[in-house]
This record gives sequence, structure tokens and C-alpha cells, in this order.
Amino acid sequence: MSNSATLKMDAAAEHSLLDDGVQGLIGQPLDRVDGPKKVAGKAPYSAEYAFDNLAYGVLVGAPFARGRITAIDDTAAMSLPGVLAIVSDPDKFLRNSGQGGQNEAPVQNAHEVFYMHQPVALAVAETFEQARAAAAAVVVRGEPIDGEYDFEARLDTADTPDDGVIPPATSQGDIDQAMVDAAVTVDGIWTTPGQNSAAMEPHVSTAIWDDDGLTLYGAYQMVASDRMQLADALGLDPEQVRIVSAYVGGGFGSKLGISSEAVASAIAAKQLGRPVKTVMTRQQVFDATIRRSNTRQRIRLGADENGVLHAIGHESLSSNLPDEDFFEPAGIATHFLYRGEHRRITHGIVRMNRMLSGSMRAPGEAVGLLALECAMDELAEKLGLDPVELRKRNIPDIDPEKQIPYSARKQVECLEEGAKRFGWDRRNRTPGAMREGEWLIGHGVAAAARTNQLMQSEAVARLTPEGRLVVETDMTDIGTGTYTVLMQIAGEMLGLPADRVDVHLGDSRFPPAAGSGGSWGAGSSGSSVYLACRKLREQLAEKLDCDPAKLTLKDGEAIADNRRVAITDLIGDGLEAHGRIEPGKTSESHTQSGYGAHFCEVRVNAVTGEVRVARWTAVYAAGRILNEKTARSQCYGGIIFGIGAALTEALVHDPRDGRIVNHDLAEYHVPVHADIPQLDVVLLPERDPYANPLQAKGIGELGIAGAGAAVANAVYNATGVRVRDYPLTLDKLLSGLPPV
Amino acid sequence: MQFTINGTVHEADIDVRTSLLDLLREHLGLTGSKKGCDHGQCGACTVLVNGRRINSCLTLAVMHQDDEITTIEGIGTPDELAPLQAAFVKHDGFQCGYCTPGQICSATGMLDEVKKGWPSHVSEALDGQVDLTDTEISERMSGNLCRCSAYPNIVAAIREAAGLAPVEHEVVGEDA
Ligand code: FES
Ligand code: FES
Repeated sequence: MSNSATLKMDAAAEHSLLDDGVQGLIGQPLDRVDGPKKVAGKAPYSAEYAFDNLAYGVLVGAPFARGRITAIDDTAAMSLPGVLAIVSDPDKFLRNSGQGGQNEAPVQNAHEVFYMHQPVALAVAETFEQARAAAAAVVVRGEPIDGEYDFEARLDTADTPDDGVIPPATSQGDIDQAMVDAAVTVDGIWTTPGQNSAAMEPHVSTAIWDDDGLTLYGAYQMVASDRMQLADALGLDPEQVRIVSAYVGGGFGSKLGISSEAVASAIAAKQLGRPVKTVMTRQQVFDATIRRSNTRQRIRLGADENGVLHAIGHESLSSNLPDEDFFEPAGIATHFLYRGEHRRITHGIVRMNRMLSGSMRAPGEAVGLLALECAMDELAEKLGLDPVELRKRNIPDIDPEKQIPYSARKQVECLEEGAKRFGWDRRNRTPGAMREGEWLIGHGVAAAARTNQLMQSEAVARLTPEGRLVVETDMTDIGTGTYTVLMQIAGEMLGLPADRVDVHLGDSRFPPAAGSGGSWGAGSSGSSVYLACRKLREQLAEKLDCDPAKLTLKDGEAIADNRRVAITDLIGDGLEAHGRIEPGKTSESHTQSGYGAHFCEVRVNAVTGEVRVARWTAVYAAGRILNEKTARSQCYGGIIFGIGAALTEALVHDPRDGRIVNHDLAEYHVPVHADIPQLDVVLLPERDPYANPLQAKGIGELGIAGAGAAVANAVYNATGVRVRDYPLTLDKLLSGLPPV
Repeated sequence: MQFTINGTVHEADIDVRTSLLDLLREHLGLTGSKKGCDHGQCGACTVLVNGRRINSCLTLAVMHQDDEITTIEGIGTPDELAPLQAAFVKHDGFQCGYCTPGQICSATGMLDEVKKGWPSHVSEALDGQVDLTDTEISERMSGNLCRCSAYPNIVAAIREAAGLAPVEHEVVGEDA
């Protein structure tokens, strides 16, 4: 009997073995299995492995934004104590970080500089302090030339990206005519600034070579493809490269592809014959990894008197470096969220000399819904309709573009349950009409949607003679709860309690997984574990000579046909199975998404314009919830990211050279404790058989989708001021506030 | 040079430029304290010096040769978690876990400040006993960033460790 199981999702998975399990693990709000280690400071992140003879690297950035490097003068640096080398290998050094999921090297060639502080050398010394001083003493010489730094001035130079996974432009019907014919319209421009993922762990790589090749301990989200990128960048066979990312201190998209410290550390470690560790400074994370692009989005909505949409347009521009094909897919949810037979969704890229833009938590929805869901609020007001009702009236029967059905979709239930819990019916619809002392009070709603995706993923599961279950996959846990949910899936499938399941992740020696990105991690890697465990169940059934469908596994015992035996009696010398999931026809036959609704109360100070989020209810449906505790935490995280996007977060670029002026955590304002009240999050029961055999959809990005729009709509309700330029800082509100 | 950390005396030969954080992480193998910014902007490096919380990236190690330093490793171990650590696990007061040792050290110091009656920006009065509301906890913990944004759960964990009633969500719908 083959010991591997592959499933291509060509048909709905109507029955999930998780529902037959009696171990009682799946869905439970269990504590994280890695929790005790993390709270005790004992989980090793990538900068925390000890090596003899470790040398420290500090990156050196270019002192100009565009031009050619002519010399890297290391004279002063090399004269400092402890300095080992100033490493620069401009053919191999990365110019740009990698994008997620790509198997080729990111753009190399550091002879040319394309953005301010682009890494061009690595100072290596015996200690961190020595390396830092050396990096500061390196003199980078070059021939600066003019670059492109003004987004607004270059709008008409935007190019349409090539067709890729996400089509950059779609159109149907005649939106221009439909807008003319519509009874009520909204036509406006929304702008969102650049953002930084700002994961608390800076980007880091520790490189060490031996006879087999390179091992890199790196903070990365997608080990399998990152290994391919790194091998290609260094001119190695993938077999010669191992990446270990056992614990990752947050990613949010910024660690999807490799970044410059990985290649620089590897080259330096080879050159010096000793391990080299390079941790980016916080400023370098802002300057030289990846950002979410700024966007300019035109939304057009055209409805009849009943509020039914006939026209919907979402035309957006974002910025990126020349030759990079990533664009911020701001219209991604607009394709399927609402009705309208006349539609146009387009994306363009304005080429600029700003650091690479790429994926940050919910690329597309996170900023797209900041525009679309505020436009819906404006439309509701023009129609005199409740905004919840407007959304309900515009939920399509089938996907309005692809003309295919939706998979599980609780869009209405989320809106209704949220409205009920929040007390939406008691909202005062007149802007600026609710006040307590100097605080204006407002309520806002917005929908959430995040496309669900399945990616190829593999895992191996092994039953040991002692009756333990070991799961291995190169999947990562970046705070998402992967260690825990994979344990739950495996334990449920094989009837083993949590303490008899060991999950090993984040090592490219394990089978290649989908990685953590796009909210596909749990569904994809979980399915591969499910399949491997299903195979083990079959093997156990064979040993027991029973039908696998009749086999019940619980607490280490196999029960079938009135027999009950310890699984250790069946395992023998050990059993092993390999599982692999692949996307298939269900990705094309059904539009799949998680859905939700945000309800928010803000208080706006009538004197200062300060906005405080006072209360929040969010209701989501995303298929089976694998672990209610960790899923809820993901939702909190998404909402709070959304609050940051609405109120405080913005990369500020110097108009003279594109540099990020606020490149640290004091000047780039992520939400802090005092910004956030307790949040009420509800997860509706749902199963989505089209998603994967777990019937679960992604939830890591759903929370951010629409969250900031709920804030903006609440601010309008509180103050009567519509701001279409994020974030809603107080300077944009002050002049419109009602008299104190 | 000698340093007393978690009750144990450690010897280290370090650069005068070495921060207390880098002493811990790079010289003594105490990597529980994290570096998120190296500039006193995130709180990931919070440790206790003579019982008071401090950003260990913002202070030089050589200044602390006569101090009692407590890091997350001295607060509890995976097998014997301190009440705050256990409450963080129970309430899922973290996701990636990178800010977590700093949050826990900070909360340890913060609860002691509250016990001593130190007021904060949001306190009703400058003296007397502090009423440890959620607003007080959030205000006092705002030097510790969590980009995973576990804030609601961190507050819940601190409430439990401080012996306060669990968080209740305000629900104003029909069945409230
Ligand atoms: S590392 Fe010390 S405050 Fe950020
Ligand atoms: S748990 Fe990830 S930053 Fe706080």
C-alpha cells in the first residue's frame, strides 16, 4: 500500500473526517502549544541560535536614491577594532527584496541604486558594537542622478501590469452610461498612504556553511520558496540550501520573500569561513524591506431609487519600482462583493524610486475596502437608506463577473448578527448629533471580505512505536497558531490527546508547505496533515483488518467491530504517511471568500479632533473554525491593524528623494494598548466544503478588511466630516468640526 | 565585569558601548528579552532593574554592575510559569510571541507600581489607591507595542493575574 495521499480539490469535500473524530480537539479554544515557551522567553527566534565563532553583520545603505555606485571605501571602517570585512558583492547582493511565493532570485545587481538606503554592503566584525561602528564608517561613493519621487505628478504615466494570478483590469457593460442613467451616484477619489508591516521582530538571518552547503536561520514566512530564491541568488542547487524558521516574530507579508540580509550574511559567512548574523535595524526594516504601496482609488457607484447597484467601478493606482510587477490589488473584493451589471475594475502602477512595494496583510482588501465601504456609506446617506440595509440589498445571487455560484457565504448573517449585538438600531443617523461633553459620538459599519485560497502543501505524519504522532512540514507559525491547529487536526484524526502529538515546522528539510501568506496557511497545510493522517488511519485499519470508515480512534486506542486495542499494538516499528493537497476545480467553480461585518463606535474630541475608538463588534464567517481562541486573536489583530490604517499609520516620503522620513516606531504610529478598547468578536458556525477537506477558510486577514472603513464611517457620523484621505488625523477633521 | 541576573552572578567581558539588552542576548545567552527597535520605542526589551521596569536597549550594561536584574527567564520557566505567564497563555495574550517577554516583565513592574499607589496619566487622583481599570492597564502598558495586536487579551491576562474579575463585553443588543 502506498503511504502517500494526494487530493486535488476538484470537487466539494462534503464529508470531513474531522467530524467523525471523537478526540474532541478540533475547533476547541485550546491554549497554544508553543505558549509556555513563548511566555518564558524560551522559543528560539532566528537571531537566537548560539554558534561558536559567530561574527556580526550590519548592513550599509546607499546615501542617495538613484544612481550608480562607484566605490565602497572601507579604509576607515577596516581600521576600527574588531572589524573582519566590509563585504560587497554587487552582482549578488539583492537590490529589492523578494515577493512571496516566487522561486527565482529577487532583483540583484547592487551596482545601481534605485531607492534611498538600498543595502550595498555588509560590515562584519567580532561584536555587534564593532560592526555597527564599522558600518557607520563605510564611505559609499557614487554618481547620483535624478529619480522619480512625485506620485501625484506622475499619475498619467501609470502602466497596466501584465496579467497574472490577479487580472489587473476587468470590465463589463457600459459603466459610463450606467452612471449617467443611475438615480443616485457616488463618484470620488480616495487615497491611502504607504504602510509598513512593522512586525516586532526585525528581519534577521544567521548564515552558516558546512560541507553540505548553507544553513540559514531566517525570519521567513514561506520556507520552501524562500529556499529557492536564496539558492538562485547565490547560484547554488536548492539541495545545498537549508532554511530554518522555527519561530517567526510576526510577518504580515514583510517576510514572504527573502531580503537583503539573507544574501549578504550568506556571502559574508562563506568569505570569512564563520557564521554571520545580521539583524536589520528597525530603520532598515522601514527603508529596505517591503512596504504596502500608497494608493489612489476612484470609486463609482450608481444605484436606482431602491438602492440596487447597477454600476460599480474601482479604478486604482499604486506605486512600485521599475520592472516590479506587484500592484496593490485594491479592487480584489469589488469583483464579487456587490451587484451591478456594469462594472469596471482596473489597476495601474506608477513607477517610482521608492522602496519595493508588495504584500502586507490582506493586500487588496485592506486598502480597497477603505474606499469601497466608505463609498457605500455615502451612497446609503444619499439614498436615505440604512447602510446595513443598502449592503443587504446588493448582495449578488451569483458572482456578478464570473457568473458562478459562491461557496459558503454568510454575508447577511454577519451584518444582521453584528447589528443586533451592537445595538445598531439605536444609532442616530444625523451626523454630529450625539455628544457627551466635549466628545462627539458616532457609529459606523463596514463589510469585511477576504478571498479564500488553497495552495499546494505537503506534510509527513509518523506514528512512533511508543504511540506518539509526529508531524513535519516546512510550514511556519508566525503567530498564526499553526503549531496548535496542526496538532488539533492530527490529534483529532488519529485519536491522540494533545500531549502525544509533536508538530515540527519551519525547516526546509521537511516537506514543502504553502507557507504563511494570503490566509491560506491553515487551510492548505492543515489539509496536507489531514491527508497524511487519513492515510495513517487506513494503515491502522489494515493492521486491524477493518474498514477505515468503521474505525474509531480515541486516546491512543483503536476501536472497531467490537474490538478495542492500543494503537501501539498496531504500529509495530512505526508507520509513516505523506499528504499533499493541491488546488483544483473548486477554485474555479465557486467564488470563495470569508465574510464579516464591523460595527464601530468612535468618540471625537470637538476641541482637538482626537479620535478614540470606544466600542467594537465584529462578526465573521470563515468556514470551520479550527481553534476558536487563536482564530479570535487573528481577528483582533486584523481589526487593530485596520484601526491603525484608519487613524495613525502612514509612511511619509521625502518629496526630494523618496526616503521614508518616519522610519521607526516612534514616528510611524502603530496602535498601542491605550488606543484599543475590548473588542467583541463573534465567529459564526459555518462549513465550506469547496475550500478544502477541513471545510475551513482563512481568517488571518479577514479582520483587517473593512475595519478602517467602519472607523471612517463612524467618524463621519460623529462629526459630519467626510475624509477621503487616510489616515484620519486630527488636522483633517479640525476645520469641519461643529462649534465647541 | 560582574552582573547579577535572576539571582545568579554572571561574568562578562564587554564593550562599554554594549547595551544591557545586548549583554543579555549576545553575551549571556539570555535571549528571552527581545530587540524590536533598539531605540526605546517598542518595549520588547523590557526587564526589571531593582524591581523597576526599564527598556534594556536604552541603558548601557556597564552601568548595572551593582544592580539586581530580572529578565523573563527569572520570572518563570515553561514548566513552572509565574501567574502572569500562565494568564498570558490562558488568555492568548500573544500571537508571534516576540513582544511577550517584554509585556510580561512590564506588567510585573506595572502591577508593583500600582500597588505602591503611583498614579498614571488617566488616574483620577494623584494619591491614594489606584483603581486598576482596563483604561489604567492599557495606559500603563502603552510602552509595550504588540504588532500582532493581542492588546485585548493582554489586558484580560493582566486582570486575571491582578486578581480582578474577567473582562465582560458590553453588549447592547436586544438580548443584552
Ligand atoms: S528594543 Fe528596547 S524599546 Fe524596542
Ligand atoms: S505577540 Fe507578536 S508582537 Fe506581540
